[in-house]
Amino acid sequence: MAANDDTLPVRTGFLGWLNKRLPVDAFIRDQLTGYFAPKNFNFWYFFGVLSLVALVIQLVTGIFLTMHYKVGEATAFDSVQYIMREVPYGWLLRYMHSTGASAFFIVVYLHMFRAFLYGSYKAPRELLWLFGMFVYLALMAEAFMGYVLPWGNMSFWGAQVIVNLFGTIPVIGPGLVEWIRGDYGIADATLGRFFSLHVVAVPLVLLLLVALHLIALRQNGSNNPDGIEIKEKKGADGRPLDGIPFHPYYTLKDLVGVGVFLIGFAIVVFFVPTFGGLFLEAPNFEPANPLSTPDEITPVWYFTPYYAILRAVPDQRLGALLMALSIICFIVLPWLDRSPVKSSRYRPLTWKLALAIFVVSFIGLGYLGMQKPEGIYVLLARIFTVLYFAFFALMPLYTRGESTSRVPERVTFSSH
Amino acid sequence: MQVRSMRTRLIGLGMALLAGAVAGVVSAAEPPAAGQDAESGVVNWRAWRAGNDVAYIPSLQRGAANFVNYCSGCHSLKYVRWSRLGTDLQIPDKVLREQLVPEDAKPTDYIMASFPKADAENWFGKQPPDLSLEARLRGADWIYRFLKGFYLDPTRPTGTNNLVLDGAAMPAVLSSLEGVKAAVFADGAGASGKVVKHFETVTPGRLTPADYDGFVRDTVNFLDYVSDQSQVERRSIGLWVVLFLLVFTAFAWMLKKEYWKDVH
Amino acid sequence: MSDIAAPANAEVDQDRRGFLTFATTATGVIGVAFAAVPFIESWNPSERARAAGAPVEVNLAKIDPGQMLTVVYRKKPMYIVHRTPEMLAALPGHDDRLKDPHSKSSIQPDYAKNDLRAVRPDFLVVEGTCTHLGCLPKARFEKALPELGADWPGGFQCPCHGSRFDLAGRVFDGSPASTNLRIPQYSYPNDQTLIIGVDATTGAA
Repeated sequence: MAANDDTLPVRTGFLGWLNKRLPVDAFIRDQLTGYFAPKNFNFWYFFGVLSLVALVIQLVTGIFLTMHYKVGEATAFDSVQYIMREVPYGWLLRYMHSTGASAFFIVVYLHMFRAFLYGSYKAPRELLWLFGMFVYLALMAEAFMGYVLPWGNMSFWGAQVIVNLFGTIPVIGPGLVEWIRGDYGIADATLGRFFSLHVVAVPLVLLLLVALHLIALRQNGSNNPDGIEIKEKKGADGRPLDGIPFHPYYTLKDLVGVGVFLIGFAIVVFFVPTFGGLFLEAPNFEPANPLSTPDEITPVWYFTPYYAILRAVPDQRLGALLMALSIICFIVLPWLDRSPVKSSRYRPLTWKLALAIFVVSFIGLGYLGMQKPEGIYVLLARIFTVLYFAFFALMPLYTRGESTSRVPERVTFSSH
Repeated sequence: MQVRSMRTRLIGLGMALLAGAVAGVVSAAEPPAAGQDAESGVVNWRAWRAGNDVAYIPSLQRGAANFVNYCSGCHSLKYVRWSRLGTDLQIPDKVLREQLVPEDAKPTDYIMASFPKADAENWFGKQPPDLSLEARLRGADWIYRFLKGFYLDPTRPTGTNNLVLDGAAMPAVLSSLEGVKAAVFADGAGASGKVVKHFETVTPGRLTPADYDGFVRDTVNFLDYVSDQSQVERRSIGLWVVLFLLVFTAFAWMLKKEYWKDVH
Repeated sequence: MSDIAAPANAEVDQDRRGFLTFATTATGVIGVAFAAVPFIESWNPSERARAAGAPVEVNLAKIDPGQMLTVVYRKKPMYIVHRTPEMLAALPGHDDRLKDPHSKSSIQPDYAKNDLRAVRPDFLVVEGTCTHLGCLPKARFEKALPELGADWPGGFQCPCHGSRFDLAGRVFDGSPASTNLRIPQYSYPNDQTLIIGVDATTGAA
């Protein structure tokens, strides 16, 4: 779309001065009032902007927490108590940050699920999906390192277990583990580097990846629940027939979504910040003790599906490998799904069933990852792991010749 | 797939959030042990609940006095300042200085134990833990059961054992108040299941069972407050925040509906 | 043409749009302002800072006549000078060389707004930070020191830019500083004890 100055308003005064030096009006036209998004966005399309909201919450509360947090194994735990008890509204900053981390993952998982529902990862949006996956990976690293910073007992032992996983890599494993830790066990050196990465490096990487993600989105425009490319049907004025200007329609609709999100967020922050031990885990309320492992070491809920896969395999090395593969599955998804049609709406029962089984397996694995691996849980974890991988591994087979319904020419829309 | 209306989706999301919050709160409560029934003649000690109200100041004040008198000899509250206690529990400055703050301490000091560290290791085998976060680490109900769970056990060096924490190094320091009791186990003494048929009073204490119960509840209430000092303020602010957000979202929703009339 | 048009059977209700836009924006702005409060408040001194800023007690028996003790109160140095009768005698008589001899533009509690700038004549309690740019003035109590001139009555000289103050902390003409050394709140709970940070009249910290 060539920038055409004729469509820009004629400005005088300060705005004229500004627009001669910075493309403010052009930006508003190209990204907001002149950017056409499909008009049939539904509930699943809120989670992109909510991810941005979660990112901003984490950045702002994180910046303020860093003003009072004291990195170092002798001071970290105490400094968190200092923030909670002695810094004016420190408790609120802390709870917003801890709730924000879980909120970020809830929102991101739902955002990713939308892509499954409507084929948003399919051509020409494979790179958009890849950048999104890299954001997800960076987010997991960020969350993992952030959890170590309070230096509670779960911080310590969670780090110990996860860093030890790298030891399963053949040949370089043990050396790698010591290099990551900077010491013979999780120690002050580890805390220091995790602090720097969590506060500076990974947020910068995240911002870069989110920017690339948005640029990639902008390149082809958004997908939609019918999986139709709206740019293929344009009117005489060159605008997509099924598109509406992002501003004011989606800015306003997203504002409502943000409002609802904030209500849920506030309920948790102010009334149930520990969320029954899921968002702030009880063992972390005592300082790190290298000589005392908590009864149950489980990662925070957003990692538990992968943890369940890790534990499902009796062999440590194989389990770690499978865990890595389980994330790679997501990355190669655009090339596994051979259906000619994007949206689940027009795909057969086999696909919907496969997707349902995958969702049940993922959530099931998540639940199992929080439990002790004993009794029926072991068998269930193995079953779900098999189903999880089958969803991806068999996808080229069960999607290639699938009998799809006729995809309509125009999007399905009802006023709301 | 059916196209659901925005409103249905929003209601669904709201209910999901609410359900999640409720689930979170409910799951924080410990479930009663399986197969326990008052009628079958068994003490359901695992279902004992503190039932404390952390917003009720008189209880917190009593709990603070209990802690200073009976606990602070060995246990510190190293993240809590005396002066903050005074503010939050509405204790007048004079009372704070004369009755609570130790001779050699300033009101702005943190609450320390009077027990010398080296002796603690020798006498008990381990340091009495700091209790600032105990109610968050174990839960208020756990502490309540712990303080009511001491029973006679001649096999232990302290002479007592504890239902909740088997082999507890802590002696039954409240036995002057509670009295000394023996636990009659369903499967014999020393069994691991700790299924208690009934308790037998060996020596009565200064307090009646109901009064001791209140003593423990006040103390647990105090420890609950100590572990999360901002909780009362947090909940009261939260109410206003949620109400405000509801108003904002209502306006935003009406504005959205108005503009979306354009879209067909 | 895209499907954006006014509602088919009605005019666009601009009034309603205007009102709702205003209501939403106003609520949003108020919300943002409230949300900013915890962040801004978190910069205020914490309980630890306020505890460290508690009043400081000084045992006056430790300061010999003619000597100065420095203590820290709220991160600032406080000079406590045990003034001898000779030092006190040197105080009047050079008002014409002072910028603010009666402390009209300087900072001190009302009970120290006298020419001795103190509650008790024999002790000067003054903030040891030059009112120019904050360096610590050095004690120069001896009269007529060679580098300060024959008419030097004794006092303080700031090493950074040369401001000079007398033994009541009053600033001399020719100094870059324009006001007298600040006097903190202080009081004497008993003859032997000075407490900096507790107001002599109200007793408040």
